[in-house]
Amino acid sequence: MLNHNQLRIGARVEIDDNPWIIVDAQFVKPGKGQAFTKIKIKNLNNGRVIERTFKSSEMVKKADVMDKEMQYLYKDDEFWHFMDPDSYEQVALNADQVGDVEKWLKEQDNYQITTWKGNAISVVPPPFVILTITECDPGVKGDTVSGATKPATMETGAIVRVPLFVQEGERIRVDTRTGAYVERAKK
Amino acid sequence: METPVLSPQAPLDAHVQPMETAFRSEGRPPRPLFMMTSPELHMKRLLAAGSGPIFQMSRVFRNGEAGVRHNPEFTLLEWYRPGFDDDGLMQEVADLLAALGSPFPRPTTITYADAFRNALDLDPHAAPVEELQRHAQEAGLSTPSALDRDGLLDFLLAVGVTPFLKEKKAVFLTRYPASQAALARIDPEEKSARRFELFLDGLEIANGYHELADPREQRDRFEAENRRRLQAGERALPLDERFLAALDAGLPDCAGVAVGVDRLAMALQGTDKIADVTAFPFDPSIESG
Repeated sequence: MLNHNQLRIGARVEIDDNPWIIVDAQFVKPGKGQAFTKIKIKNLNNGRVIERTFKSSEMVKKADVMDKEMQYLYKDDEFWHFMDPDSYEQVALNADQVGDVEKWLKEQDNYQITTWKGNAISVVPPPFVILTITECDPGVKGDTVSGATKPATMETGAIVRVPLFVQEGERIRVDTRTGAYVERAKK
Repeated sequence: METPVLSPQAPLDAHVQPMETAFRSEGRPPRPLFMMTSPELHMKRLLAAGSGPIFQMSRVFRNGEAGVRHNPEFTLLEWYRPGFDDDGLMQEVADLLAALGSPFPRPTTITYADAFRNALDLDPHAAPVEELQRHAQEAGLSTPSALDRDGLLDFLLAVGVTPFLKEKKAVFLTRYPASQAALARIDPEEKSARRFELFLDGLEIANGYHELADPREQRDRFEAENRRRLQAGERALPLDERFLAALDAGLPDCAGVAVGVDRLAMALQGTDKIADVTAFPFDPSIESG
């Protein structure tokens, strides 16, 4: 069980039989009134975001979630398939569970899979990924109207704004948290 | 004028926790002292002694209150006007805002009851507890049955009514429930407390009263606060007998207000973070030891 001090961004809780991750937490207290903790939580199954408020003295159940590194295998019509490198067990995540992490998934690479009560429910990319640019215009040097960047399509389908000197076929490092170009990938 | 930060008694409030320290001197047992959560009790003793209108900028300390909008130590500008009532003092607070060049319009006034009616379609004074619980559940309160009526109203005000107050930009919330009168007198006809709060952009800025002067009622309220403290698992606090004696001697008919100066700075500068107006903000995420 978590006490109100432990209800912080990133903590995972179980509420209404569902696992949620805290995306915001606030100390709420009218001057002469009771203290509460108001949390904004994202459902790890379906991505729904709601707000819940707890009395400061109330305890909240910690979500029985575990994180495991798994290898991304492939995608079929409905599911993205991952494999546990230790047990060779495979798990499948649906579109809701993958969400927009889809654009960072490269076959054969490893990603953190979250399981809840034994079932895989979400995937988290590493903070940075190296992707190959599959399509982009050559870019005109000195074109500052567009902010000296141009859109580039990655091998995964992600579209990232890159500097004008970067070319199709190059590998770049991308920050998955912001979707921003970081640098050309070193060999 | 200045009143002490250290005192053997603290203002008695169910939901405000004082910080504690002790005076130590060689060869004597430590003398426990509280740090003031408000200068109110000392200032009223001065008023009872004939000070006339008084004001003070004081640093106050509230244990356990830390967050984006709360710093455990903060500054109150507190003043008292003999001969004023709460409505009159609200006008003076509005005048102060104008004198500070506030970008907000002059605050309007709305009663606690009207604010709840407009924001939640709920009569906060008459609605049965079950109705409050239902509204609280809908607004995301985890365990409505675990709160009493005042707790439910506190939650509904903070989460349900505040967005409505925010829309009003600058507003005085007036006539609080009698159960939340604190040190304000209760209007015998309206049966509500002559207590008001100023909200700027939905942020609580000031708390004021037409002050309770009746010593017996004040003592009863202190004892009720202590009972609430025990129910909430907090320890009872000693009553300030010197303050009660001052009320016995006679507190002039007056209104008083405490303005959170840090909160006011936040509102005037357009920030919702107290750290933005604090040179060395308290960091609640640091674990001790």
